[in-house]
Amino acid sequence: MALIASLNPLLTTGWSRGDAGWRLRDYEARGGYVQLRRLFNDKVSQDDLIAEVKKSVLRGRGGAGFPTGLKWSFMPRAFPGDKYVVCNSDEGEPGTFKDRDLMRFDPHSVIEGMIIAGYAMGAQRGYNYIHGEIFDIYERFEEALDEARAAGFLGNRILGSDFSFDLFAHHGYGAYICGEETGLLESIEGKKGQPRYKPPFPASYGLYGKPTTINNTETFAAIPFILAMGGENFLGLGKPNNGGTKLFSVSGHVNRPGNYEVPLGTPFSTLLEMAGGMRGGRKLKAVIPGGSSAPVLPAEIMMNTTMDYDSIAKAGSMLGSGAVIVMDETTCMVKALERLSYFYFEESCGQCTPCREGTGWLYRVVHRIEHGEGRPEDLDQLNRVTDNIMGRTICALGDAASLPVRSFINHFRSEFEYHIENKTCLVDPAVQRAGSGFFRVEAT
Amino acid sequence: MSEIATSLLSADALKRIEREADKYPADQRQSAVMAALAIAQDEKGWLAKETIAFVAGVLGMAPVAAYEVASFYNMYNLEPVGKFKLLVCTNLPCALSGGVDAADYLKQKLGIGFNETTADGRFTLQEGECLGACGDAPVMILNNKRMCSFMLPEQIDALLAECGHGKAEV
Ligand SMILES: Cc1cc2nc3c(=O)[nH]c(=O)nc-3n(C[C@H](O)[C@H](O)[C@H](O)COP(=O)(O)O)c2cc1C
Ligand code: SF4
Ligand code: FES
Repeated sequence: MALIASLNPLLTTGWSRGDAGWRLRDYEARGGYVQLRRLFNDKVSQDDLIAEVKKSVLRGRGGAGFPTGLKWSFMPRAFPGDKYVVCNSDEGEPGTFKDRDLMRFDPHSVIEGMIIAGYAMGAQRGYNYIHGEIFDIYERFEEALDEARAAGFLGNRILGSDFSFDLFAHHGYGAYICGEETGLLESIEGKKGQPRYKPPFPASYGLYGKPTTINNTETFAAIPFILAMGGENFLGLGKPNNGGTKLFSVSGHVNRPGNYEVPLGTPFSTLLEMAGGMRGGRKLKAVIPGGSSAPVLPAEIMMNTTMDYDSIAKAGSMLGSGAVIVMDETTCMVKALERLSYFYFEESCGQCTPCREGTGWLYRVVHRIEHGEGRPEDLDQLNRVTDNIMGRTICALGDAASLPVRSFINHFRSEFEYHIENKTCLVDPAVQRAGSGFFRVEAT
Repeated sequence: MSEIATSLLSADALKRIEREADKYPADQRQSAVMAALAIAQDEKGWLAKETIAFVAGVLGMAPVAAYEVASFYNMYNLEPVGKFKLLVCTNLPCALSGGVDAADYLKQKLGIGFNETTADGRFTLQEGECLGACGDAPVMILNNKRMCSFMLPEQIDALLAECGHGKAEV
């Protein structure tokens, strides 16, 4: 799925040639690896480099939106032993598919960003953890690494400097929880991907117990562009406290699902228009604006919201990974929540009792409502179960399972009540079926 | 484990496993276990206990530790599967664009449900979680490696035909 449109293309400049533009020579032709060379030629200091990233107000693109420059400054730069830079390409948050396209169309921007990060934090080694389901992309990334190594951008004494850094790809094999950064580290160590207690944080105790910084693919890919244009200019593309452009993966009931790069602060209505508007001209019902773990918002709220961390938080949700799941009036909200609840139940790693048991409860109760066996007290019970999960678990998957439940009930309570009372759906099943566009022939 | 003569895996597979192990510090060969199990599975079709124990031996780790990994991650086959394993994403973003319909269509065409294999041993059908390709919905993965995008009825028919659906021998 290639990009279809963008306002201010930056990270997606290299995507225009699709699968024909990802090689090293293509990346260099559009200014790639110039910033890496500049670090050595101008003898840029680690402090200046981190200061530039801070100025850009680049916030982590993986979900939590933590300022990247600040995160980098937590690494003990004087620490003499091994240090690691890890890229989180385990993109498994339902609705998110931007990192796949980034690595497909412009893998060298991720590689250059990681080398620069290694330089900034004095790390000698990096790993890119790639979602197991996109094996062809893993293979492409390995090819890109070989190109970079052959050209002297990776390995000992890069480009004749005294900085050495090598980078490798590691693939997952089907576990959403490995997207959580400490579960990911366990997984690289060759274990089950069960998240660790924090503290200690990865900056002091990370991969193999060494200081480690983990960032999302898109976060690393933004680094060369930030250095090329300057931190302040990058910030200026977005809005205060929300620097730069961002990739949004738009899925669901739109005419052109795909990745769209827009400046942070762009109105949701503009993004929807870029994605070709609503499928079949139907009416917008609800949007999950930041991946399945973010609270759902009704159409009216979304149409008055701009796409940036602060505005979406103010509207009551999260920008998360930038996955925008669009639902029209053919959607049954109970069925939608049932599928999401099943996902969290299925993917809980089982370490913490509130999450292991709680996600099972959530799924079973939503399932029985959807299947006409709900009871009037079920909605309160669902909220109580989320109270018992949230804030009581090792990692944020517990919250991620709870927020959809709370927000679906909060905004679409009457639809849940209708299901319980009438033992059937408010939205006619034939209407729901038409929404997906699968049976095109029969529909006409 | 006495060398290649009794090896459960081909020399080529062993070479590829060593290439994976080289990515990690010398004292961290266990890090290669995920890739090594995937390589073993590609060769054997599924991971029998002996295969897992063999991989553990190659990497110098306890068999139980390798087994824990094989059972934690969903893409390892701990039981035999059909020649063609189809994993269909039915998570919400895909369902909105036909993911569930595609799964139903496959069930009907193959005459099997999720986690079942056709009587001729040709196809296994599985339900998947987000593959990170929701923009291409409906999506499915063939044998863990090949992403199939925009799978409407016509495309599904073509894929099944390519895999020899309806032909006599497997
Ligand atoms: C259950 C769970 C799944 C996650 N999945 C991902 C993911 O697929 N990709 C990602 O970059 N971050 C994911 N995260 C967030 C990471 O833990 C981490 O915050 C992020 O990789 C940091 O990078 P950033 O600062 O550049 O955003 C997930 C978190 C949780 C709790
Ligand atoms: S919150 Fe859930 S997924 Fe996270 S560590 Fe606990 S049991 Fe595992
Ligand atoms: S939800 Fe199906 S690939 Fe993401």
